[in-house]
Amino acid sequence: MTAVRPEPTFLGIPPFPEAAHTALADLHLRANLRKATHTIRERRAAVVGEMPDWEKLRRAGAAIKDDVLAHLPRYLEQLEASVTAAGGTVHWARDAAEANAIVVGIAREHGTDEVVKIKSMATQEIGLNNALAAAGIRAWETDLAELIVQLGHDLPSHILVPAVHKNRAEIRDIFAAGMGDAGRPAPDGLTDRPADLAEAARQHLREKFLRAKVAVSGGNFAVAETGTVCVVESEGNGRMCLTLPDVLITVLGIEKLLPTWQDMEVFLQLLPRSSTGERMNPYTSMWTGVTEGDGPRSFHLVLLDNGRTDVLADPVGRQALRCIRCSACLNVCPVYERTGGQAYGSVYPGPIGAVLTPQLRGINQHDVDPQTASLPYASTLCGACREACPVDIDIPAILTRQRAQLADLGRGPVHRGEQAAMKAAAGAFAEPWRLGLAQHAASFSRHFIGRKGKIGKVPRLLAGPLAGWTASRDAPAAPPESFRSWFKRTDGGLTEGDPATAGSPADGGLEEL
Amino acid sequence: MTTTPAPGADPYPDSHTPLQHVDLTDTGLPHADLQHPGLPHTYPGLPSGAKAEILTRLRGALSGEGRPERVEVDRSYRRTRGEGTDLAGLFAERVMDYKALVLRADPHTMVDSAATMLRRAQVRKLVVPPGDRLGWLAATGAELVLDDPPLTIDQLDAADGVATGCALAIAETGTIVLDGGPDQGRRVVSLLPDYHLCVVRADQIVGTVPEAIARLDPTRPQTWISGPSATSDIEMDRVEGVHGPRTLNVLLLA
Ligand code: SF4
Repeated sequence: MTAVRPEPTFLGIPPFPEAAHTALADLHLRANLRKATHTIRERRAAVVGEMPDWEKLRRAGAAIKDDVLAHLPRYLEQLEASVTAAGGTVHWARDAAEANAIVVGIAREHGTDEVVKIKSMATQEIGLNNALAAAGIRAWETDLAELIVQLGHDLPSHILVPAVHKNRAEIRDIFAAGMGDAGRPAPDGLTDRPADLAEAARQHLREKFLRAKVAVSGGNFAVAETGTVCVVESEGNGRMCLTLPDVLITVLGIEKLLPTWQDMEVFLQLLPRSSTGERMNPYTSMWTGVTEGDGPRSFHLVLLDNGRTDVLADPVGRQALRCIRCSACLNVCPVYERTGGQAYGSVYPGPIGAVLTPQLRGINQHDVDPQTASLPYASTLCGACREACPVDIDIPAILTRQRAQLADLGRGPVHRGEQAAMKAAAGAFAEPWRLGLAQHAASFSRHFIGRKGKIGKVPRLLAGPLAGWTASRDAPAAPPESFRSWFKRTDGGLTEGDPATAGSPADGGLEEL
Repeated sequence: MTTTPAPGADPYPDSHTPLQHVDLTDTGLPHADLQHPGLPHTYPGLPSGAKAEILTRLRGALSGEGRPERVEVDRSYRRTRGEGTDLAGLFAERVMDYKALVLRADPHTMVDSAATMLRRAQVRKLVVPPGDRLGWLAATGAELVLDDPPLTIDQLDAADGVATGCALAIAETGTIVLDGGPDQGRRVVSLLPDYHLCVVRADQIVGTVPEAIARLDPTRPQTWISGPSATSDIEMDRVEGVHGPRTLNVLLLA
């Protein structure tokens, strides 16, 4: 069996501008990304639009999360007590190595050499599959997209749809070539119809579900008051993992708490509509400790810090810990749409990745590597991410702060952020990027442009990353003009426009154009 | 947590002083006894200290300048659908949006309706959980297999389908909630068979998610079901049916 995939190590990924350059050159990737992000955007807009109280839910969601963060020690201890009282076992892990060791230890204790896994950002973040492989334990990803990524020895590129960069023919080839090594082979003559591919995955994984003794999951929410843990999913692979094996291990970032059961009423409305653009996702599982005669006999909850306490220490940056990983910000991001997720070099791509990854890697505390230092520049600061965010994270403000931290606080002999920005301006990033934006403008303004047949000027800030560099030197920088306000002011680039009538970054969303 | 502190009281007691019941030198950490030879994080005879250190780091992060403000949660979002909403009609419409078949029936037509659904799905052997509201399904001609004593995983995997009731249903989102109560069974019972017939009584339907949360007991294992299992992982084309039941039928009883 050679099924164990080398864990996506993002270490070899070059700084964002270079990685973005490579991605930008891949027209096929860009077409897939565009289709996916636009499809989800439209669905989201439709189901959010039918909620007259969406803004109130959003504000409540942000406030509940802020309350959690402000009193995290108390809520964590409350959660530990309630999970323990319900028959679960709680573990605390300071970092990835500690969390991995706990999971490996539990799996060994139960004498298993394999685990089934539900898609989980936290276990990707800590590189759990690698740690398990090193201990001789195979980890089977069971989410369809994760399976595609795992069998293809690939990297995920989107939070919600990690295989968004693969088309159906590629997926067919990956299944045909890879399933045999991992277990039940793909059927002969497998076509590239999505229904057939899903059926192949069903058959391939079923034997694993039925025999697995240990499952590993992440968690979307955990209720401090009751000890209830929640996993939201679509395919049913989550339900399989949560109910069939004897042992369930859930790795949970410490920020995933909610104080009360009632708080679920807010998040079970915000998350599905923001994430998949559905009124409700097909399956939501909630469990409290262990239940006699129903589901696993042993439940372990691993509470993971791994840099989160550092994020919490930053008064501006800490709001990134409100994130519920819905991926709405990815789908509206003009940078993400062009570069894809892998260019961000971490399990957290897109706007949230650009603010969360540098913080988890300690940007507020110490020098970081050039790849991490380039992430705060992977944005035009247009503000579309914040508007889409169901918990109102001010992503542009965090990015601006990080640029200031890199450029002005003068950590180390060389300002890494400046270095990254200069590099971007000088080479790879600037040209395709400008081109990309010009095309973007064209795509949105085609019907305005017709007569003249050419595109006007792109907005000042978008003309090159040096503008971002300048902004970071002048910290605290005022939010620059947004793409949308520029679009409005200049009639889609047809006129120079009047800067005095520039709108605020918060007016309208790209999807409404 | 959203009450106003007494005048003069420290509004952030836990952000800089340990709570009284926290003993930072506590050696009784749940994982202290998880000794796995060769693993770097365990030091026999010593607590791992992870919990204490995380809590200390958190308190440090929350103290000093920029300490988070006290937070009030405004819950003025909708709790109910307006008066006069046809909840059963809305529920049926929203479930059908998920490509699930919904039939409405009354005591006179329910056997025929259920029989029609089962025939259409070619289900002959139907698992039913313990309870007293589903026995009438025998009149459809299907062979009922009671999950009591519990069926094996292989037996469940081999069954044509399963029928359950529900704890409640949510009109606005087209969601059915099972909580392991009578006629709902263990979670795995409604998972392994490829066909799920859910019987919903009109009086079990609430309007909104907040109404559902208010009625549900969080200590019970819950499964919220909104349509058949689905994936959009391949080029964003929606495919109904991956691992959970590929067919969901809902019989809505007036
Ligand atoms: S930052 Fe907001 S929009 Fe982005 S994934 Fe997190 S919750 Fe969703």
